[in-house]
Amino acid sequence: MKKMNASIQLRVNGENRWVDAESSRRLSAVLRDDLQLRGTKIGCDAGDCGACTVLLDDAPVCACLTPVAQVRGREVTTVEGLSDGALSKLQNAFLRHGAAQCGICTPGMLMAAVGLVKTTPRPSRAQVETALGGVLCRCTGYKKIIDAILDVGEFPEPVALPVAGAAVGAPIERLDGVAKVAGTEVFGADLVPENTLLVRAVRSPFHAATLTFGDIENWRFQHGLEAVFTANDIPGQNYYGVIPGFEDQPALAQEFTRYKGEAVALVVGAPKLVEALDLETFPVEWREVSPVLTQEQAGVAGERLIHEACKGNVLISGRVVQGDAKSALENAEFIASGAMNTAYVEHAPIEPEAGVAWMEGEVLNIHACTQAPIMDRDTTARILGLPLECVRIRASATGGGFGTKLDVSVQPLIGLATLLTGRPCRMVYSRSISMQSTTKRHPASMQANIGIDAGGMLQAMEFAGDFNTGAYSSWGPTVANRVPVHASGPYRMPNYHARATALHSNGPTSGAFRGFGVPQAAILQEILFDDLAEMAMLDRLEFRRKNALQDGDRTVCGQEMHGVGIGDCLDALRQSWDKANEEVAVFNANSQTLKRGLGVASCWYGCGNTALPNPSTIRLGITPDGTLCLHQGASDIGQGANTVITQICADAMGVAIADFTLINSDTFLTPDCGKTSASRQTFVTGKAAEAAGRVLRKNILGMVNTGEAAQITLLDGKIAVNDGVISRQIDPKTLETNSHGYVLMAEETYDPPTKMLDENGQGVPYAVYGYGAQMAEVEIDMTLGTTRVVKITAAHDLGRVINPLLSEGQIEGGIAQGLGMALMEEYIPGRTENLHDYLIPTIGDMPEVEIVLIEKPDPEGPMGAKGLGEHVLIPTAPAILNAIRDASGARITQLPALPHRVLAAIKEAGK
Amino acid sequence: MSDYFTPVTLSDALEWLACGQGRVAAGCTDLFAATSYQNMPGPVVDITGIAELSGIEVTPEGWRIGSATPWSLLRDADLPAAFDGLRQAAAEIGSVQIQNAGTVGGNLCNASPAADGMPALLTLDAEVELASVQGRRRLALANFVTGPRQTALQSGELMLAVHIPATAGAGTSTFVKLGARKYMVISIAMAAARVLILEGRVAEIAVAIGACGPVAKRLDALEKALLGRDVDEVREQISQALIAPDISPIDDIRADRAYRMDAALQMVQRAVSGAMEAGK
Repeated sequence: MKKMNASIQLRVNGENRWVDAESSRRLSAVLRDDLQLRGTKIGCDAGDCGACTVLLDDAPVCACLTPVAQVRGREVTTVEGLSDGALSKLQNAFLRHGAAQCGICTPGMLMAAVGLVKTTPRPSRAQVETALGGVLCRCTGYKKIIDAILDVGEFPEPVALPVAGAAVGAPIERLDGVAKVAGTEVFGADLVPENTLLVRAVRSPFHAATLTFGDIENWRFQHGLEAVFTANDIPGQNYYGVIPGFEDQPALAQEFTRYKGEAVALVVGAPKLVEALDLETFPVEWREVSPVLTQEQAGVAGERLIHEACKGNVLISGRVVQGDAKSALENAEFIASGAMNTAYVEHAPIEPEAGVAWMEGEVLNIHACTQAPIMDRDTTARILGLPLECVRIRASATGGGFGTKLDVSVQPLIGLATLLTGRPCRMVYSRSISMQSTTKRHPASMQANIGIDAGGMLQAMEFAGDFNTGAYSSWGPTVANRVPVHASGPYRMPNYHARATALHSNGPTSGAFRGFGVPQAAILQEILFDDLAEMAMLDRLEFRRKNALQDGDRTVCGQEMHGVGIGDCLDALRQSWDKANEEVAVFNANSQTLKRGLGVASCWYGCGNTALPNPSTIRLGITPDGTLCLHQGASDIGQGANTVITQICADAMGVAIADFTLINSDTFLTPDCGKTSASRQTFVTGKAAEAAGRVLRKNILGMVNTGEAAQITLLDGKIAVNDGVISRQIDPKTLETNSHGYVLMAEETYDPPTKMLDENGQGVPYAVYGYGAQMAEVEIDMTLGTTRVVKITAAHDLGRVINPLLSEGQIEGGIAQGLGMALMEEYIPGRTENLHDYLIPTIGDMPEVEIVLIEKPDPEGPMGAKGLGEHVLIPTAPAILNAIRDASGARITQLPALPHRVLAAIKEAGK
Repeated sequence: MSDYFTPVTLSDALEWLACGQGRVAAGCTDLFAATSYQNMPGPVVDITGIAELSGIEVTPEGWRIGSATPWSLLRDADLPAAFDGLRQAAAEIGSVQIQNAGTVGGNLCNASPAADGMPALLTLDAEVELASVQGRRRLALANFVTGPRQTALQSGELMLAVHIPATAGAGTSTFVKLGARKYMVISIAMAAARVLILEGRVAEIAVAIGACGPVAKRLDALEKALLGRDVDEVREQISQALIAPDISPIDDIRADRAYRMDAALQMVQRAVSGAMEAGK
C-alpha cells in the first residue's frame, strides 16, 4: 500500500508550516495536534456545530470536514490569526457585548463572522444570522453575538472598570473574557502534556446486556497498547453517586450493563494507535437483554428490575402535602385537569467532556471540565482508593455544563489509567459518546388537577409525576424532592398534594439539568392556569397576578416568604401584554394561514440545596508584595461567577475590581465553593465573598484605626487607607506571612439557613428564592403546524442586579434552551446521538427578546441578590405552549411541539 | 493506514477508481460526518484537484455544472430565473460552511432521500454524466438515484457533471423546505417547482418533491393536470389526490407519515405559487 503522508506544507495565519500528517486527516486534528493551534475547537466532528470553523482562502469551512490534503497551497486562518498582539475590533466587540459566555463556540463564531465581514463590511441582522447559522451556541441565546457583529464597524470604546465601591450593578465585561475571545482559553481537551497516553472506553452497544470478556491480554498485545483496564483493576470502591446513600453507579461495569454507552473497559496507549482502534474488535461477548426504556414501562408491576434494591423500579418519591387538596377540589367552583409528557433533553454543551491526568509525586492531578471540583475529587478518590489529599482537581475552563458536568465523566477513568500506568493520560469524548454516556433532563409523565373558587382564587392542587431517572440515581433524588416543592408555581395554594417519583430504566441516566425537574412541572401547571383563567373569565395575566405570592404569604411547604418579586415581574409585563393582545387581534383578523398568539408563565426557584447544607468558603488574602488574591472556587462554566463574585467582594471590601488577582477552582488552592448548580453561586458563594471582603476590610481599618467609611487603595505594593481625616499606609512587606503566604487574610464560610422538611414536605427548603415571568408571542402556520417564536418579554427579579450584562446573557441563553425544550429537543436513546438528529436552536430560531430586570431585595441574599441561572429557562416553554394554544387552539400534551404534533393538535381542536 | 489519492487529471482519477475500491471524495461533508475517526478511511480518490470537474459553464445544449462544484458557487452564480429554485436550495444546504465545501455531485451520489439539491435539479430536467475507464454515459437524474443511499453509479464510475438542457432554462422557479428549525436541518419535506406562463396559461410545468419517499420525485400526474390551466385555477387544482400516487412518506423522528401527506400538499402548493409569483 502506498502511503501518501509525507510532509505537507500548509499556510496558516500567514506562515508556512510543515506537518507530517496523513493526507486524509481532518484539518481540525492537524491544527490542534500537529500545530498546537488549539483555539480551533471540536464539538462534533460532523459539521453540525461549527465550533471548528476556520477560513480557507477567506471562506468559512468546518475544519473537521476538511481533509488536510485539500489545504495544500491555500491560506488557512484560525482564531489565533485574528489578534496581532492586541485583540481585533471584532474580538473586542465580542468582549464588550458579552458575546462569549463559556467561550467554546467563540472561535467558530468569530471565524464565521470574519468570513462575513470580509465580503460584507456592514452586514444586516439577517446577513449575520445566515452567516452564523452554522455555528451552535448553547449559552448565549445568540443575541449578544449578533449585537457584537453589528457593532463591529464602530470603534469600540474601552469600558473602564468601575472605581472602588461601584462594582455591584455595573455592566462590566467578564473578567476572564480576554482568553475566551482570543482563543487561548484552556478547556478540557486543550492541555496535552508531552508523552500523554490516550484513553478510550469500550462501551455497551445495547440498552441492557450481559457480557463476558475474552482474551484481553492477547488483544492488547496484538494492538501494541500500553494497558487495558476493567472493573477488576479498580483499587477502590467501584460504585459512586452524587448524593450520599445513593452510590449505585460503577465506574466500569462488570458482568452486565444498564444503559447504551456504559463503559466496561479502558484501552490505553499511544494516541495515534488508540485513536485508530476499531473497538468493535475488543474481545467481549455481549448478550442483549430486553430493555425497560420509559417511565411507563418502568412502573409496570412485574417488569424487570434495573436495580434489585429498587422495588417497582422506584428510586425515590418526594411529596409535599398541605391542607386537604382532595376535599378542597370537591368544593372548588372550577377544576382544570390535564396531563403532560416531556422528552429526554440533552444538555449539549458545545464542549464534549474531556480532560487529562498526571501524577506529581503521590498526588493524582486531574485537569478536566467540571461544575463540581470537590465532588470530582471525592468521587475519584473513592473509586481509586486514594486519600482525598492525594487527588487534586484543577478545573479546566468548562465549555458549557447546564448540569451535566456536575457528575464525573472522564475524571475517574483517566485517574485510573494514570494511577496504574504512571503516565499522563487523556480522554476526549466524541459527541456521540458524550450524548450516550452523560446525563439528561428527566422525561416526565405528569398529571394535575387545580381548583379555583368563583372569584378565580386558587383553592387546591393535586400533582403526580413519574420521572424517568434512567440507569443510575445521579440527581434523581433531587428532582423527586424539588418538583413537589415547586409544582405550585409562585402562587398561593392553600391546599396541595404533590408527588414526584423517580423511576429507573435502561435509558441514559437523568441527572441535573437547569431546573432539576421544575421546568417540566411548571409546563403542566401553567397550561392548566390558562384553562382556569378562561373558566373564571379572567385575563390570563390578571389571573396569575391575583394569585401570586406576596410578602408574608406561606408556600406549600409552610415557609413564610419575604422579598417576593413575582407580583412585580407580572406587573412589569402588563403594558406589553395589553399592547401585544391588541396587535395580535389585528394580525389575526388579516391573516388566514398564519395566526399569532400570546402566552404567559411564571417561575420561582429556590437557590441552593433543598434543606441540606451547601456551604461555600471564600479566601481573600494580601501577599507581601501587595497583591490582593481572591480564591474563587466556584466553577465558572460561562455563567460568570468569576466576575460576579469578584464584584460582590470588591464592594464589600471597598476596593477597586482592578486590584483583584483571581485564583480559580483548584482543590489545592481554593476552598470549597460547592458545586455550580441550583442557581446558588451568586447567592451562597457571593455571600461568603461579601463576608470575606468585609472581614478583610475591618482588619485593615483596625490596623490603622480609621473610620468605617475609610477608602482603601492598593498602590505600588502598599495599602493606603484614608477616611478624610486620617491617611495611613501599610507596607505589607513589613508584616508576617501566614501558612497561605498572606500577610493579611480573611476566610469566610456561608451556609444558607434552611430547615429539614418533614414527612409532608413542610419546613424551610431554601433561604432565598428568585422569581420571573415571561410572555411569548408566537406565529403558527395553521396548515403546516410550524411555530415561529416572534418575541419573548422576560421580567426577572434578581433582588439586586450584580452585573446587568451577564444577567441579560443568562436570560437570553435560558430562553434559547426553553425554546428548544418546547419546540424541537427530543433525545431518543440509540437514535439521536448527534447534533443533526438531536436539534438545538440555531441563531435563526431566536425571537426578539426584551428584558426587564427587577430588584426586589432579598433579606438574606448578598446585597439583596437572588439566583437567576435556572429561573430563566422555566417560564419559556409554558409561555410558548400557551401562546401556541392561544394562536391555534392546539393543546400540546407531548413535548417537543414538533410540527406534526402541533398540526395534529390543531385538527383535534377543530373537531 | 489510509490511501488518499489526489489526481489532477480525470484519466488518473478513473485509473485509480478502476483498479481499486476507492471511494470518491469531494467536499467530504458526508464522508467525514459518517466516520468517528480522525483520518478518513481509505482508499480515497479526492477529485477536487481536477479542474474540469468544478464550475458552471454555458454549453451549446444548455448548462454544465461540474460534479465537484461547491454549492456556494451555485448559490451565488449568475443564472436565469429558472435556476432560482436551485439557488434557493443551495442556500438551504447545511450552513455556509457546508455550502463552501459540499458539492453538487456529492449531494446526488450520497443519495439521501432528503438531499436538498434533488427536487430543484429534477425540475430542471437534469441529466448526470458518468465516466469510467470504459467510457462515458448520460443518465436522467430521475434514473440515477434508485433508492435511499442507492444510485446507478457502477464500480469504477465517477460523476463528471450535471447537465441542464437549454429547454429547461425557461420560466421561473422556487424551492421550499420544511424543517423543525431554521438552519442546518434535515428536511421533513421539500418541494421545487418551475413554471412557464404564456398568455395566462401554464405552458410548461415541472414539480418535484423530496423527503416524502425513498427518492425525490417529479409529480407527473400533477404536472399533467396543471399543464394548460389558467394561472388563476392552478392553486385550487393542486390536490392530495394528484400528489399521493407519487409519494410514499414514512414515520421517522422528524414527522409521521400522515403529517408528511398533509405537508406535501402544502409544500407543493407553495412551490408552484412561488414559482408563478416569481414570473409576474
